Amino acid sequence: MRLKKTLSVVAPVVLALGLAACSGSDDSGSSGGTAAKPTNCTNKIVKEDAPRVLVWAWYPNMAKVVDNFNNQHTDVQVCWTNAGQGQDEYSKFQTAVSAKKGAPDVVMLEADQLVGFEIQDALVDLSPYGANDVKKNFSEGAWKDVSQGDKVYAAPIDGGPMALIYRTDVFAKYGITKPPTTWAEYAADAAKVKAAGGPPFGDFASNVPAVTTALMIQKGATPFAYDLSDKQNIGIKVDDQATKDVLNYWADLSTKKQIGKEDQFTTDYVAGMVGGKYATYVSAAWAPGYLTGAGVGNGSSKGKFAVAALPQWDTANPVSVNWGGSAFAVTSQASDKAAAAKVALGLYADEASLTDGWKTQTIFPLNQSVLKSDDFINAKVDFFNGQTANKDIYIPAENAYKGAVYSPFTVYYYAQLQAQIVKLNAGQTTGDKAATDLQAALVTYAKSQGFTVK
Amino acid sequence: MASIETPPTALSAGAVVPDTPAAPGGRRGSARRHWVGWFFIFPFLVVFVAFLVAPLAYAAYLSLYTKGLATGTTFAGIDNYKRAFTDPSFLHGLWFVLKFSLVVIPLQVIVALFAALLLDEVVGRLARFARLIIFLPYAIPVVLGSLMWGFLYSPSFGPIEQISTLFNVQAPFLLSQGNIFYGLLNVVTWQWAGYYMIIIYAALQGIDTSIYEAARTDGATSRQISLRIKIPLITPALALILVFALIGTLQFFVEPKVLGPIANGTITPDFTPNIYAVTLALQYAQFNYASAISFSLGFVVFVAVAIFMFVTRKRGSLFT
Repeated sequence: MRLKKTLSVVAPVVLALGLAACSGSDDSGSSGGTAAKPTNCTNKIVKEDAPRVLVWAWYPNMAKVVDNFNNQHTDVQVCWTNAGQGQDEYSKFQTAVSAKKGAPDVVMLEADQLVGFEIQDALVDLSPYGANDVKKNFSEGAWKDVSQGDKVYAAPIDGGPMALIYRTDVFAKYGITKPPTTWAEYAADAAKVKAAGGPPFGDFASNVPAVTTALMIQKGATPFAYDLSDKQNIGIKVDDQATKDVLNYWADLSTKKQIGKEDQFTTDYVAGMVGGKYATYVSAAWAPGYLTGAGVGNGSSKGKFAVAALPQWDTANPVSVNWGGSAFAVTSQASDKAAAAKVALGLYADEASLTDGWKTQTIFPLNQSVLKSDDFINAKVDFFNGQTANKDIYIPAENAYKGAVYSPFTVYYYAQLQAQIVKLNAGQTTGDKAATDLQAALVTYAKSQGFTVK
Repeated sequence: MASIETPPTALSAGAVVPDTPAAPGGRRGSARRHWVGWFFIFPFLVVFVAFLVAPLAYAAYLSLYTKGLATGTTFAGIDNYKRAFTDPSFLHGLWFVLKFSLVVIPLQVIVALFAALLLDEVVGRLARFARLIIFLPYAIPVVLGSLMWGFLYSPSFGPIEQISTLFNVQAPFLLSQGNIFYGLLNVVTWQWAGYYMIIIYAALQGIDTSIYEAARTDGATSRQISLRIKIPLITPALALILVFALIGTLQFFVEPKVLGPIANGTITPDFTPNIYAVTLALQYAQFNYASAISFSLGFVVFVAVAIFMFVTRKRGSLFT
């Protein structure tokens, strides 16, 4: 009796200690959630006894891509999960990184997220695993976006050259004969459509801060200077004149109600896209695939979209910018890094998958074999009513893209920029003040994270 | 319960337990009872320790450290707490939930009280039906309720928009920066008033109806009975729901979190303290500071409830 009493008291304490031990354990890798064979795959496993690599990705055509890979490989199989698109997935991955367990073996990340995970040692350098063998398939800029010096942290899949998507029916109705080539023309057209009682010309959405960042870079801003080999030091410059000008430009259009201020990718926004609520959409090459998946470009909105080059500030010195674009990285929690690297480098790299990807416009392929193929170059794009959008718009934009430098706290930066865009849309701040406030917030944050701000 | 745990005293033992040998046997019986108590409490204790005490202890431990992306983990002592109470994001969120509490709690309680008093007066099938209908929103999970309101508020498909279009006016977007307070007020009141109504209604059912007869004999009207007899008698129930509502509202999380993605950025990552804590932990990877924010919020809730209970100590018999 005495013993039992003691047990009943002791057991919970032991349990609690056990829990504490779990959460505090630090044996990286071996205790990872991937040590057990992943079983809850979204896809079918073709080769049952081959080692499985758990992949998180959200490409709309991922099911086909995974099947293509599994059918072509007997030595390794992909077990795929869609853990959410963009930030939803990053939150889960970040939690797994912090917990030191639960991460997939291979994770899909956008270029602007890589360095934030690299600095946490969450990603594996792929150069010892044959990354340099596929280097020749990519442009120098695309390769630079996934590398830090000699180290390669991801296999590039998809780029996001930006352009101006527009509604031909709205343009025709309000007498806009040719798409704007400069931002001044864009503003003038916006005013013209508004004066004629037309729909918003575009959209200054707070939930796509990456777009605003790209447009700031287009005007000549360089928000961040950072190199992983010099981990402690970071340059932050988001209060320069270019940033202020861009924020003022969009805030001005928005407060005059010439453009909308709705968030993008919501049901309301997609309904607006279908219904011709927006005359233009400043977006990336992969956008039509996502819009098509959401029902845009079918039925009543079929054949009403076209694409033009992104408007410029100075047509004599055009600047090409990028939004999104993604890559496969191997996580440091992967139990079999060689197998994982094989998947990262081989998944979405076969011809069938790439062709499906670019034909459905869910990716803008970075693989040179596609970029240089006649099929791709001369493709008449359905979404753009048969326009040869790749040849005319996207390939030149991609070729002119110089790459960008991202900060290791992109998520925080975007949240701050988003808050400023909300204020700008509400007329509660000016572009100048927003830029200054943004700069102050980022510098404070960087210092609190232990960086030295140059 | 009390009679089981208390060893029989001389007074009661004399009557109930006829001839128990005095001291030693009594002590042995008490030890056995003690053990039985632990036995019954054990399953609860395991869950309690595993899912409440241990995580709390771990979070408290985390909150004493700080982790920078560039620096790694260092001991911080109470620095995180100092930072929390000077952090404009935390203070701003706190101010919002306090403001929100001051409006939403009286509103909910008034709606619930009014409905309960009304339902207590009337009988019959209609009353039972009305009771069910008022309670129904609470039976809907908060996430689903919020999603549903998100649709109702939608500027493209929502009925508010469609009705406004009929009259050719622009519908207000209830999730815009100026309207979000009222938009959320509506969702929360809709969701919770029915639950509070049921608590009050149950308390009303517990009142001895002969009191009402006596009052009527003395010439009291229905209104007087409600105000002078019913409400004072159900004060403990009111105090209970006020405390529930206060704790719940200060921890405001689900509704703004669910409505966030369609609110055009109105619901910021630091909208309420709980949303801020989740953002810090899961998006900015600052588990340490997030833990400190959580404890700071817990402290504020504790203080608010303590103040409330002090103020109402004479009214409600619940906590005395």
